[in-house]
Amino acid sequence: MSDHLYEQLLATTTGLLLLTAVLQVWGRSVTRAIRLLAIQGLALAGLVLVVGLHGGERQAPPVALLVLLVKAVAMPWAMARSARLIDQTKEAGSLANPAVELIGAAGLTLLAYAISGPLLGGQADPAAQAAPVGFSLVLLGFWQLLIRRSALTQLVAFLLIDNGIATIAFLTSGGLPLTIELGVSLDVLLVVLILGVLVVRMHEEQGHIDITELRELRD
Amino acid sequence: MAALIWIALALPLLLAALSFLLRRHSWTLWLPVAAAATLLVVGVALVVAVHLGGPLSTGAGLLRVDALSAWMLSVVGAVAVIALWAGIPHRADRQRSIGLFATLLALFLTAMALAVVADNLGLLWVAIELTTITTAFLVGYRGGRGALEAAWKYVVLGSVGIAIAFLGIVLLYAASRGTGEPSLSWLGLLESAARLDPALTRAAGALTVLGFATKVGLAPMHSWLPDAQSQAPAPVSGLMSGVLEAVALYAILRVQAITDAAIGPELVRGMLVTAGLLSLGVAAAMSLTQKDYRRLLAYSSMEHMGLLALGVAAGGPLALAAVLLHMLGHGLAKSTMFVLAGRVLGTVGGHRISDVRNLLRRRPDLGAPFLLGAAALLGFPPFVTFFTEVAILVAGFGRGLGWQMALAGVLLLAMFAGFARHVLAMTVGSDPDPVTPDPEALMPDRPTVFRQVPVVIALGLSAVLAFAAWPLVGVLTDAVAALGGTR
Repeated sequence: MSDHLYEQLLATTTGLLLLTAVLQVWGRSVTRAIRLLAIQGLALAGLVLVVGLHGGERQAPPVALLVLLVKAVAMPWAMARSARLIDQTKEAGSLANPAVELIGAAGLTLLAYAISGPLLGGQADPAAQAAPVGFSLVLLGFWQLLIRRSALTQLVAFLLIDNGIATIAFLTSGGLPLTIELGVSLDVLLVVLILGVLVVRMHEEQGHIDITELRELRD
Repeated sequence: MAALIWIALALPLLLAALSFLLRRHSWTLWLPVAAAATLLVVGVALVVAVHLGGPLSTGAGLLRVDALSAWMLSVVGAVAVIALWAGIPHRADRQRSIGLFATLLALFLTAMALAVVADNLGLLWVAIELTTITTAFLVGYRGGRGALEAAWKYVVLGSVGIAIAFLGIVLLYAASRGTGEPSLSWLGLLESAARLDPALTRAAGALTVLGFATKVGLAPMHSWLPDAQSQAPAPVSGLMSGVLEAVALYAILRVQAITDAAIGPELVRGMLVTAGLLSLGVAAAMSLTQKDYRRLLAYSSMEHMGLLALGVAAGGPLALAAVLLHMLGHGLAKSTMFVLAGRVLGTVGGHRISDVRNLLRRRPDLGAPFLLGAAALLGFPPFVTFFTEVAILVAGFGRGLGWQMALAGVLLLAMFAGFARHVLAMTVGSDPDPVTPDPEALMPDRPTVFRQVPVVIALGLSAVLAFAAWPLVGVLTDAVAALGGTR
């Protein structure tokens, strides 16, 4: 792979990651957020393949396949299933209006670039130069976690954080060892399944999944 | 000898599978107790083996047991035996899904065992996340809105917190790229600490400690803790408070060893002092005005974890040995108290402190151990918690945390006042209904002697532990030395 092609493919995949993340903050439709999650998984798998092949790692194709199966297929499927079971396609509401949401998202993306500079400044590798995208995903995930009220969107936000961390891992160090990667993927998948079950139960119990209404337990 | 490590992982897993297959039988509840006993026996055997022959390593270096791991495994086993044995529900309260309950408990124990024997920090993370996964349904087991809300908060906050820790571990891996061979092995990172990228190690240390502190339940990341521990079934609360938090603190100890060697102790020390004092403050404030006795116990967990965080921040042989011994003393007392609170709830039917009065006369079988357990949690002599708390405070003064330890002492006194007031009201407080009814009618579910045995063992052990501690001195010294990578 020539250096020019490598840089272009890196820019495409990381650009796609950032674009899907921003669109997730922008939109109000749960179905669309889940679809964006699947595209994000695809972009991440592509990123893994590009970084791995360029680094000459033989484990890259199986790891990319694992990422594809878990993040682009299994997780969106599990989430879509929960959404279908409770028949919820639209977001209930947000604690901030759309303009504030987007300005916040833009500010956080800038912050991500600002903090990655001193952290990874010493590394000339083009992959490490793209790492701020990973930090943006993590911060955008936290932003959604803070301002959204639907339990399903909270789940999307959690996966956005997870995708962001995976992006940072692949861009800064070419990914963790395969055994650890397998364990982590399994863990995150199980968490998504459990939260999916809890969302369905929450809907059965109280007829909505607005987490700001969870106020049974107080001091 | 390394086969012992595999036994500690495989046997509980096997018992989990067995309890799933035989889930229709109510005696499957004994299988997690057997799993806990396995961990205790293997843990003690490993303590001896490591003392005689040094650390053991297996599984291509992914697993490694040094004196600290062996001690933690023994603590997990000992506290789990007490919590699960005493927490076996009365025959009348057993639900149909009891076998699945047993399966999840055994898996939970396996995950904690994996966390303490993992050398690879990635694997340690995977194991701690597995504890959240296995306990998610245990927290929500009793059903209803409260339990569901508690389970949701617990899984979301637990997973997000631990995701922050994962980001830290990823950055630590990136920081080790400069050493030639990037690694997540704790021993490898410790040995090459001087060559880790300092900026990345600083960020990694801060994120990892912050993430695992969420799991420990330190303020300000504690909001899941009182909900989860007050809603979960009694033995689950006992395990979460008694050992799971200690295991998460153990993860912080491991990370701290690396960051201290790479960038000096200031960063982690500052974070732990802040979180520790904040936790003590929140716990004291909330227990003064508390109305629910299980939440009172949950805030007491926060108090103890805050104190342990201060001990870890102080560092040094005395403070760390006291922290490790306190984990055992607090674990035994707290798991007993949660089980007793569960029995009180079953008898009285209400979870408010004002629902329970004159327990010592009405139900001496519950009231007496409840009062003694509370004394152990408050750090009365002769209970071991008295000696470890004093040791942590004294060690802190000696290591330059003077005003912090003085403030901690004041907050401990405030906590003492709140906790003691409520417990005294429950056990000896005047009876609103002084007519003494028939004693038989008062004790519909009197626990059998067999179910009282673990309560007596736990309280007895935490009372004599400090005086019979001479064989433990070598063990604790080894465990503290292990953080330097030698034992």
